[in-house]
Amino acid sequence: MSVMVDIRSVHKSFGPLDVLKGIDLQVRTGEVTVVLGPSGSGKSTLLRTINHLEKVDHGAISVDGTLIGYRRSGDRLHELPEREVLRQRTRIGFVFQNFNLFPHLTVVENVIEAPVSALKRPRREAVASARRLLERVGLGDRTDAYPGQLSGGQQQRVAIARALALEPKLLLFDEPTSALDPELVGEVLDVIRDLAHQGTTMIVVTHEIGFAREVADTVVFMADGRIVEQGPPTDVLDNPRHERTRAFLSKVL
Amino acid sequence: MSSDTLAKVPAPDIPEQADALRIVPQRRYGQWAAAVLVLALLGLAVNSVLRNRAFQWDVVADYFTSDSVLRGLWLTLWLTAVVMVLGFALGTLLAAFRLSANPVLRWVSWGYVWLFRSIPILVQLLLWFNIGALYPELFGVRTVNLLGPVEVAIVGLTLHEAAYAAEVVRGGILAVDRGQIEAAQALGLSRWRRWRRIVLPQAMRSIVPPAGNMLIGTLKGTSIVSVIAVSDLLFSVQLVYHRTYQVIPLLMVATLWYTIVTSVLGVGQYYVEKHYARGSERVR
Repeated sequence: MSVMVDIRSVHKSFGPLDVLKGIDLQVRTGEVTVVLGPSGSGKSTLLRTINHLEKVDHGAISVDGTLIGYRRSGDRLHELPEREVLRQRTRIGFVFQNFNLFPHLTVVENVIEAPVSALKRPRREAVASARRLLERVGLGDRTDAYPGQLSGGQQQRVAIARALALEPKLLLFDEPTSALDPELVGEVLDVIRDLAHQGTTMIVVTHEIGFAREVADTVVFMADGRIVEQGPPTDVLDNPRHERTRAFLSKVL
Repeated sequence: MSSDTLAKVPAPDIPEQADALRIVPQRRYGQWAAAVLVLALLGLAVNSVLRNRAFQWDVVADYFTSDSVLRGLWLTLWLTAVVMVLGFALGTLLAAFRLSANPVLRWVSWGYVWLFRSIPILVQLLLWFNIGALYPELFGVRTVNLLGPVEVAIVGLTLHEAAYAAEVVRGGILAVDRGQIEAAQALGLSRWRRWRRIVLPQAMRSIVPPAGNMLIGTLKGTSIVSVIAVSDLLFSVQLVYHRTYQVIPLLMVATLWYTIVTSVLGVGQYYVEKHYARGSERVR
């Protein structure tokens, strides 16, 4: 199977704080990778470097064979102009912990915004496919509502539809259920699970261990800016090799 | 103790039929007294205004819609509009400078706001009015021909307005959640589109109330241009009373017009605020 995401020796620091201390990770096309780890372990930062929301200090990331955020000439990486970065981002969907829906736009306007303005799709066509996507996440009847009129779970499902509207090759989820009331977590995980079964390549940062066990092809455990161990869920979750992983799992399970 | 035993112990002051108890609100005699007193004072004030012949309400009525007053009112209105539009355009640019990643632009914007908020508008108008002393010629034209009183008024008021508008716009932009910009970036929206479609409409919610304040302030503030002989509403009534000595009734004419326009603007602001509150539960 081909490699969709290739992360090589990525370092990132915020001032004196080293957040990522050399990350190497490959994600194969069609697979689901779940990233676990304590707060402050760098998992969200890692996810944000993949679509260049966060610049790296060292190392390189490629998605579907294309370097993200840079152009290589010889042994130098030249930062791309913003226009190019924006074009690369249209192939990578990102779902935020706090949904970040545009509160002044209706549900359907949220979903068609990027296809219409970034991909220059005709509005009518964009609306039709937005309706199909909203149908798919179970919100076909709320297209004209404003985000503020929806529950957290519904908002996150709209955010997923908005990310899917660009028909991305890769989906990134940054703790998609952490801001939700417990009884709303299930409806969002159901949608993500469906996408996984349809063979969408995705990286999910989450604290939902049960979801990781059920859906992940690979579980990555991070701590202190490093990947401590990775492998199939049966290995990492049930027979962790590192003490750090065992300590984390014993607290969250 | 189980809840069963708790229920059987009667509270000392509650009878068996709690339903039959009537609730009597506290009597607020002080409130009544205060209201009566304030109304009485207000009545006295209104009475003194209506019965004071020196107001000369018949003269007010004569001049209220006279040509020269209406011409002055018209100048006040369009001067306010021009100054608001130009002031906010420049102010938005300054706010963008202040929030830019470029330290030179940030510094220039900060310096502008510092300078133009420091100089009283009256001093500034007089300086611009006498700018010919510093630069006798501008662009090959004699300065006095280029900058008449009206042009000086526009330049002075706009530069003053922009300094305040910059802070209002900057505050509005800062009030937009950082996550909104990140979401727009993640979706690949261009810089211009992010600004026009995502940031500005949300910033407007916090910009409109202080901008409404500024609009009303500017409307009344334009009366300061009467010192450089621009024939606005105030200057027009002054021209009349310098001739007829009917000072009070003509100032009442100006007062009434300023009040009327301010009221209309207040109504307009209500609808603009409603428009930008789309999607927010709190205001609805």
